[in-house]
Amino acid sequence: MVIFMAKVMGLTGNEAIAYAVKQCNVDVVAAYPITPQTVMVEVISEYIYNGEMDAEFICVESEHSAMSACIGASLAGARVFTGTASQGLALMHEMLYIASGLRCPIVMGVANRALSAPLNIHGDHSDMMGSRDCGWIQIYAENVQEAYDWTIQAFKIAEDPRVLLPVSVNIDGFILSHCVENVFVLEDDVVARFLPPRKPLITIDPTNPITVGAMCLPDYYFEVKFQQFQTLNESLKVIREVTKEYESLSGRKYDVLEAYAMEDAEAAILCIGSTAGTAKEVAKGLRREGKKVGVVKLWVYRPFPQEDLIKALGDVKALAVLDRAFSFGAPFNALCSDVISTLYKYRKDIRVFNCVYGLGGRDITPMEIRGIFEETLEIADTGRLKEYVRFIGVRE
Amino acid sequence: MSETGRKMGWKELPIGGYLLEPGSSMKYKTGDWRAFRPIIDQKKCVNCLLCWIYCPDGAIIRLEKNVDVNYDYCKGCGICANECPVKCISMVEEKW
Repeated sequence: MVIFMAKVMGLTGNEAIAYAVKQCNVDVVAAYPITPQTVMVEVISEYIYNGEMDAEFICVESEHSAMSACIGASLAGARVFTGTASQGLALMHEMLYIASGLRCPIVMGVANRALSAPLNIHGDHSDMMGSRDCGWIQIYAENVQEAYDWTIQAFKIAEDPRVLLPVSVNIDGFILSHCVENVFVLEDDVVARFLPPRKPLITIDPTNPITVGAMCLPDYYFEVKFQQFQTLNESLKVIREVTKEYESLSGRKYDVLEAYAMEDAEAAILCIGSTAGTAKEVAKGLRREGKKVGVVKLWVYRPFPQEDLIKALGDVKALAVLDRAFSFGAPFNALCSDVISTLYKYRKDIRVFNCVYGLGGRDITPMEIRGIFEETLEIADTGRLKEYVRFIGVRE
Repeated sequence: MSETGRKMGWKELPIGGYLLEPGSSMKYKTGDWRAFRPIIDQKKCVNCLLCWIYCPDGAIIRLEKNVDVNYDYCKGCGICANECPVKCISMVEEKW
């Protein structure tokens, strides 16, 4: 294994994604500013203005138009990036389905933020969870380093001829988007070798006309959508391949999920995004006290890594699933519903409870996570579940 | 009508519902959407071609001295009958 010496840069999550996009030699960026993502595309526009990046920046009047422009450019064969958050992602909703349905390998950075009303600009996962069925590959980063690394890998995954689906790289609004961390960045030529220019199979080209987006009636629609459904499920294999290749040049190991201290764990927390960092730190402390706890962090939320999850959970007896978004009226919230469905499918008897936390950017503290671990340990011990869904820190 | 022959399965279809062959909508016959069939009374027709101009589906055929309907594509909207200045087109219910 050859590890290329890398330099270290102090970057926020937004800047790290922008820097990765520059190195990925993106052709077209169409975006509309929205907190907490704004800086991401602002930095890209600066790169283009300074001549550091040879790309077309399309200023649009809304996120709906941003995604529409991205779809057109992607169909024409360009490597395309956009960024958004919250209300912007919600406004894009219709076009998200068209991007995946037309098999456009667009990469989008999402600085996850709460949805109105009431108006709130801070971080939670309501935005992407609201679009979780849109057919995109959905990746959640734990820290700024991961945001950088996943953005580069995202293009490789999206453009693979076995995939050809859009990918969203999610970072927690403000917690990651605006926090400066030391980031190991690759040299431009290393990224260029990993990610050569896009080679589209089919493009819209006036000299060789095709029809894209034609109406598809009851006799064909189901087959076309099934094809997309299968492709998304099978993309897990490609994602894993890409992470292996990326590891060989960066020395950083990625997968569809990360299992921390899970080998002999009896109680565990499962979560996505930056909270995994806090959970791992708390678990480390509890391990020192001899408590058998672990953490499972999903990097890839869609397609849901079912087999990997079952393997990671091992012989765990109790599990707390942390959701940073509400699924109003549902028996469990989004992430927990997926976990429980998977456990049912694999006939795995684990006591699971769901914790909703951090809505509208409210902090989740190490003490609160410790409390969740302690409760999970108690359930593992007694086998008795007190509540199926808990709401961390909400006042009566 | 619609399309004749075996329909492709999900494994054979081009990705994303793309149509890789230009002009392939000719193969997709929409005549069976029709509930009413336009019948032209050729004796009354003055060949003014208003129906040919107004037909949204290009389903009016121009002949030497008169017009006819291409029933493979006519969806039976009745615009031709409505626009005809000599009222020589009647809409007759289809008995499929």
